[in-house]
Amino acid sequence: MDAAAVLSFDQVSIQFEDVVALRSVSFAVGSSESLIVLGAAGSGKTTLLKIALGLLRPDSGRVHLFGQDVTGIAETEWFDVRSRIGVLFQEGGLFDSLTIEENVAYPLRYQRLLEVPEEQIAPRVQQSLDFVELGHTLEKFPSELSGGMRRRVGIARAIVTQPQLLLYDSPTAGLDPITANNIVSLIVKGRDLRHTTTVMVTHRAQDGEIMAGYRFDARTQHLVPSQNGARASTRYLVLRDGEVVFDGTPGELAASRDPYVVRFARH
Amino acid sequence: MLDLLKTPVVSFQEFVFLSLRTLRGLLRRPHYFDDIFLQMDIIGVGSLPVVVLTGFFSGAVMALQMSRALQTYGAATQVGQIVAITLVREMGPVLTALMVAGRNASGMASELGSMKVTEQIDAMRALGTDPILKLVKPRLVATAFVLPLLTIISDFVGMIGGWLVACLLLSLTTSSQYWNNSWRALEYNDIAQGLIKPFVFAIVIALVGCFYGMRTTGGTQGVGRATTQAVVVASVWVVVLTFIIGRVFVNM
Repeated sequence: MDAAAVLSFDQVSIQFEDVVALRSVSFAVGSSESLIVLGAAGSGKTTLLKIALGLLRPDSGRVHLFGQDVTGIAETEWFDVRSRIGVLFQEGGLFDSLTIEENVAYPLRYQRLLEVPEEQIAPRVQQSLDFVELGHTLEKFPSELSGGMRRRVGIARAIVTQPQLLLYDSPTAGLDPITANNIVSLIVKGRDLRHTTTVMVTHRAQDGEIMAGYRFDARTQHLVPSQNGARASTRYLVLRDGEVVFDGTPGELAASRDPYVVRFARH
Repeated sequence: MLDLLKTPVVSFQEFVFLSLRTLRGLLRRPHYFDDIFLQMDIIGVGSLPVVVLTGFFSGAVMALQMSRALQTYGAATQVGQIVAITLVREMGPVLTALMVAGRNASGMASELGSMKVTEQIDAMRALGTDPILKLVKPRLVATAFVLPLLTIISDFVGMIGGWLVACLLLSLTTSSQYWNNSWRALEYNDIAQGLIKPFVFAIVIALVGCFYGMRTTGGTQGVGRATTQAVVVASVWVVVLTFIIGRVFVNM
């Protein structure tokens, strides 16, 4: 595996009861790169992210994070590794008994390695919520927000610690196309402002197209079509029934003749 | 046959693992005292009305039912003794535990189950918190602390219920005789039994409630299923354990 990779899977397999969720999956994501994992429902996308986060343990294969083999490490060691990772869960994964402010502040308060002083928490939470344009929702509870807003709060919580690796689990699932595009735009903005290594799993080919085809222009504060930058540092991984059927650049994806890739990745 | 046994054996194994991790976590930091006090309030103060009502009427009913039998043998004055021993040894701990199991094991299973199916427990782990320390440990510690206290209150209120029926309603005995007999009937063995039982029940109720919550799958339907299972299993364990502990103390 690539020694410089932020996240790499080497022949990772996992099975639930009789169902194989991932079979010999291998890939590597380098620093500041983006990986878009495309696949239909049940193809193993979420399982892949959960293994990358240490929430599931693979049956076989090796997982490396930040150059460290994390395959068999104990849960207590995982907490240290996870403090360098930000994650957005499919449904947002917000704590419904906590306010938006408490939700976003949660990793700052509880990630052991971060040790953020209490007086720095409120400004960082505000800054993170302003980034997703929800700075006015501090006192609200997740149930008072729409699905798209909850997803944006999830993004704010994922980036508040300024992690080295960001994992997005189907960030646009169940959202209307306009809201979905706004969410992906925020992800692109976060990626380009901080040059964070990003892994996004999705079933929407459009999400990948925005990730690969656009970059955030800090001067105009808008997304603009990328010339080469974003495309060169973006890779696609297409999963089908737990197996990798495609691993390559956006250009290679566009040129692929694999029927599944053609049918799925290009609508 | 083996397939039939597989599910309960695997469940029990998972329950043992969760219990061991929680017991080991009792000494591990962080301790989340805020959550422990919050759970004490929810479980202890929240269960107080139902426990007081149950305790009162169980004492009253016991005095009522025993009155005829005791009068037959000319031992109506001993009603305080019967009420005290039965309440402190058996009825108080068991009925209080069943009330708390119905109210709190279900609450724990549904709360943790909802968190599980909405990925909040995964999020908790991803954001640097061990759910065993943050969710299970506070509930276990709080239940183990408040259930014996609730039982003491239930026992006392039950004796008041018995006193009302025996002295004021049926005039079986005088107040001083009732309380004197109740007090003298109780031995250290009874008190120990009456306090060890709720402590053991509390551990089982909290662990069973949290266990079924933490392994919930299948959306809202799964939460309902987990809640029902938690109450049923916790209640059955309470009645089984009361027999086992009672058997141990009878031999002492």
